[in-house]
Amino acid sequence: MPKLIIDGQEIEFQQGQTVIQAALKHGIDIPHFCWHPKLSVSGNCRVCLVEIEKMPKLVIACSTLASEGMIVHTQSEKTLAARNAVMEFILINHPLDCPICDEAGECKLQDYAYQHSPGESRFVEEKQHKDKRVPVGPFVMLDVERCIMCSRCIRFCDEIAKDPELTFTKRGDRVTLATYPGREMDNPYSLNTTDICPVGALTNRDFRFHARVWDMSSTKSICTGCARGCNTEVWVRNNEIMRLTPRYNEEVNSYWMCDSGRLNTWKFVNAEDRVNSPQLRRDGLLVKVGWDEAFSAAASEIKLIGKEEIAFIGSAFATNEDNYVFAKFAKSVFGSKHLDFIRYTDPSFGDDILRRNDITPNSLGAELSGVAPSKSGKNIYEIIEGIKTGKIKALFVMEDDPVAAYSELESLFSKLDLLIVHATNYNKTTQLADIVFPAATFAEKNGTMVNFKRVIQRLRPATSTIELDRSLNGMSMSRLDKFGTKFDKWAQSTKRDARPSWKILTGLAAALGTKYKYQIAEDVFEELASAVDAFRGINYDDIGEIGIKIKKEFTAVEKV
Amino acid sequence: MAERIRKEDLNFLERLYIPEIVKGLALTLKVMFKPKFTMEYPEVKFIPPSSYRGRPVLVMEEDGTERCVACGLCSRVCPPLAIQVQAAETESEKERYPEKFEINMIRCIFCGFCEEVCPEEAIVMSKDYELAFTNREDALYGKEKLLVPVHQLQDRIDFLRNYK
Ligand code: SF4
Ligand code: SF4
Ligand code: SF4
Ligand code: SF4
Repeated sequence: MPKLIIDGQEIEFQQGQTVIQAALKHGIDIPHFCWHPKLSVSGNCRVCLVEIEKMPKLVIACSTLASEGMIVHTQSEKTLAARNAVMEFILINHPLDCPICDEAGECKLQDYAYQHSPGESRFVEEKQHKDKRVPVGPFVMLDVERCIMCSRCIRFCDEIAKDPELTFTKRGDRVTLATYPGREMDNPYSLNTTDICPVGALTNRDFRFHARVWDMSSTKSICTGCARGCNTEVWVRNNEIMRLTPRYNEEVNSYWMCDSGRLNTWKFVNAEDRVNSPQLRRDGLLVKVGWDEAFSAAASEIKLIGKEEIAFIGSAFATNEDNYVFAKFAKSVFGSKHLDFIRYTDPSFGDDILRRNDITPNSLGAELSGVAPSKSGKNIYEIIEGIKTGKIKALFVMEDDPVAAYSELESLFSKLDLLIVHATNYNKTTQLADIVFPAATFAEKNGTMVNFKRVIQRLRPATSTIELDRSLNGMSMSRLDKFGTKFDKWAQSTKRDARPSWKILTGLAAALGTKYKYQIAEDVFEELASAVDAFRGINYDDIGEIGIKIKKEFTAVEKV
Repeated sequence: MAERIRKEDLNFLERLYIPEIVKGLALTLKVMFKPKFTMEYPEVKFIPPSSYRGRPVLVMEEDGTERCVACGLCSRVCPPLAIQVQAAETESEKERYPEKFEINMIRCIFCGFCEEVCPEEAIVMSKDYELAFTNREDALYGKEKLLVPVHQLQDRIDFLRNYK
């Protein structure tokens, strides 16, 4: 491999790499605003200027190809002087907005101003004034004054979202970012521009002013909006989810996620209509009861039902762990064959960038974990048919809302002798249920899901429930989480009395006289890994932060 | 541990005590005729100088709005985590204002860091030192208690401009 020398360090590079790429690969960070690993090179911010021996002038590292024997200085006097000058130039017209700017705390310009600039301003003239609040799209707000004209957002729309919407108008210090006449920035990926904008010029209207970045904790998780399973960070303050941002995973989602996933997949976690304790129906109304009471009530009701008369509906929204224990519960505790889950597809959702028509996060995982009718068992359509003909008298639904999916079920479900539901929020199915167990959401539990590319990925708890303690359960903690007493407001934030489905089923199985030995989700996965070929040999540590691909031969499951 | 040795015994006069008592009484007598430093609090109130750090308050502009832009820096710097700020959007030019602003006066240690860090001169240390509560809730000062008209704080603001 060819080599070049950066700051005295000999570095191997691949032919065709630029200096900045070669440097980054070896942990040398050359400052940059406009360069982004996934966007074309535009070379306009000039902050990546470096000195290369035998070259007459300083060159920008982002567009200079590395070549054999090159000697690059990123810390030489000349380089530093140029860098300072560029920083001073960029800061000339940049407003002193940090106190009201959402980007503060994660702003590249703020960081570089601290790291790479002289620390003092010589500019005493009046700064350029431009529009401060321009809604460039349904989800994105633009502050033109803060824009440093790096053009990342423009290139993102052109190259990644494949929908050119933005451009620069005017010249010199009057350059203004704008949408094309009559256009809005409304592509389904528009919010990614708020992540890549190195300053606070583009901000997320849904998150705007809601929280300071240094007040939140962030947890590595995945999006549950579709079968892609984009890697995310879940940002939490006072036990409330504030926003989702994408996390880099080349195999799954690169640096991006779609707006729908970013905005619509977590609000139910904070919502008022969460099921907040086990509930039993008494005189037509659901009433709060304790866990033990609910388990024994459910157990005694279930015992009255014959094994041919009950059916089980798992969920493509639930984790592998939940689905595995659900299937095991149905098969071993009941000997029931009628087990399936509902598939949701939305042909208008998918595209050829990230979004998939399968709008559930774990349909493949649910199948692999054993949620499928056994031989002569009924599939989902036959189960519904069975309820119609009266053959199925009881139904156990985990983390799904069949009544919302098939409206004709409303009248059918009211005929059932027994309807047990695990739900995170009240929904159409819980309205008809006899027993409701409060299920933990994706943000409140450990677990795994399998995306459409057969990548098995982990969910981690980001918000705590009554049974989860931030520090004892190793959850990520914000500054406020680490300190405080029970009298402090932030320590009194809402914690729901919800449990992951596998745990609810473990309790219910015990009430029915079958003991499962799971303490934590990892115990369930361990058993799953020994019981199911597709997961064999995999453990939580291997899955880690970016997941593991399951071999093809194990996933050839028949499609219904 | 080293043995303690008394350096010098008291001499005869000292052991008598009487001269010492007389000395003490003389001092008392002298002070009795000097001007008084104490005051009849609470009938008479102490008005501190502008360098005094009483409870932190928020500056209220002439138009009745707060000067604060809810940047959260005071909350970030506050060593005992006494301040909680929730920002929200406003139509006015400053774009952002504190929807909620709360100082827990049980936590506050009157360090003045909040005043020092504030980029807007929006939180300053007042001259108010009369802080007594009988329960925890009363110690949570919200915007209604924190906002003080700017003209009442001019003293402190001038002091800060001179010495900060
Ligand atoms: S809005 Fe942000 S990303 Fe777009 S050109 Fe300006 S600084 Fe760059
Ligand atoms: S593409 Fe799918 S997984 Fe990715 S953010 Fe959108 S909804 Fe979520
Ligand atoms: S004076 Fe110090 S302790 Fe009190 S609120 Fe301000 S920063 Fe916090
Ligand atoms: S530092 Fe000043 S402007 Fe910022 S939140 Fe505190 S009082 Fe408001």
